[in-house]
Amino acid sequence: MYNSFLRLFFSVTGILSICLVQAQDSLQTEKPQMADAMRSNGKIYVVVAVLLIILAGLFLYLFLTDRKLTRIEHKNK
Amino acid sequence: MLRKNWWKILSFLFLLYTFTAGFLGNVPAKPILNETIRNLYFHVAMWFGMMIFFIVSLVYSLKYLRHNNSVHDIYAVEFARTGIVFGSLGLLTGSVWARWAWGAFWSNDPKQIGAAVALLIYLAYFVLRNSLTDRDKSARISAVYNVFAFAMLFPTIWIIPRMVESLHPGGMGNPALDSNDIDKRMRVIFWFGAIPGWTLLGLWITNLRTRIQLLSLNQETNV
Repeated sequence: MYNSFLRLFFSVTGILSICLVQAQDSLQTEKPQMADAMRSNGKIYVVVAVLLIILAGLFLYLFLTDRKLTRIEHKNK
Repeated sequence: MLRKNWWKILSFLFLLYTFTAGFLGNVPAKPILNETIRNLYFHVAMWFGMMIFFIVSLVYSLKYLRHNNSVHDIYAVEFARTGIVFGSLGLLTGSVWARWAWGAFWSNDPKQIGAAVALLIYLAYFVLRNSLTDRDKSARISAVYNVFAFAMLFPTIWIIPRMVESLHPGGMGNPALDSNDIDKRMRVIFWFGAIPGWTLLGLWITNLRTRIQLLSLNQETNV
């Protein structure tokens, strides 16, 4: 229980070293190990939510830059 | 058409889909790769974007050589610039992926070397441009160089990596994006999400940069 919690925690925080652990695990077991548990109990949604916020923020920023540039273009006409 | 907003919103929607389906959708279970197969939507999309921008840049360079219009030169430069940004991101993301899939950030894989050489050739385009002070001469010579730089993409990233053994999929003549590597679910997200989404985002950034350059060109001619 504790072990699986720990694994979830590391996967979600995205610590790269977990990839090593997974690679070793997949050598021992025949079936390649996928992060299905992470998805089924919902924690991957946290990552997706974070990414979507960043995406929305970047696009908003681009939109504002675009609008500013359009205004300058109109002034220069 | 490019001043309108619909394609910017479209870019956002494509990437929204890529980020959501890219992480929540199922992928084929592969040893070693595991979940990193999802990098297809991000790392590979950078290279496709780069190739598209370099092609557009080539077209504008040829247009410049035909019509001698500075506007075409500005388009050629800015598309090449965005191409280099995407290519550099492709190289960096690829090297992170390689660390966890192949064991090292850089393993002198033919595709890695080819991509690095191609990027260096395109960087030289900017060195050449900026070393000439006369605007017309700089535009003309760099347009000719751009044709050469594009021609060098053929051996460096399209031919040699396919002829030799490679850690990348697609070595020894097998086409990449093979059905052994990815399945239909991934292909849909890749072609109808990642590629158009990232490419339109790059197009938008290029659009902003060309408009800045056009403004300063106008100011120069007005003074």
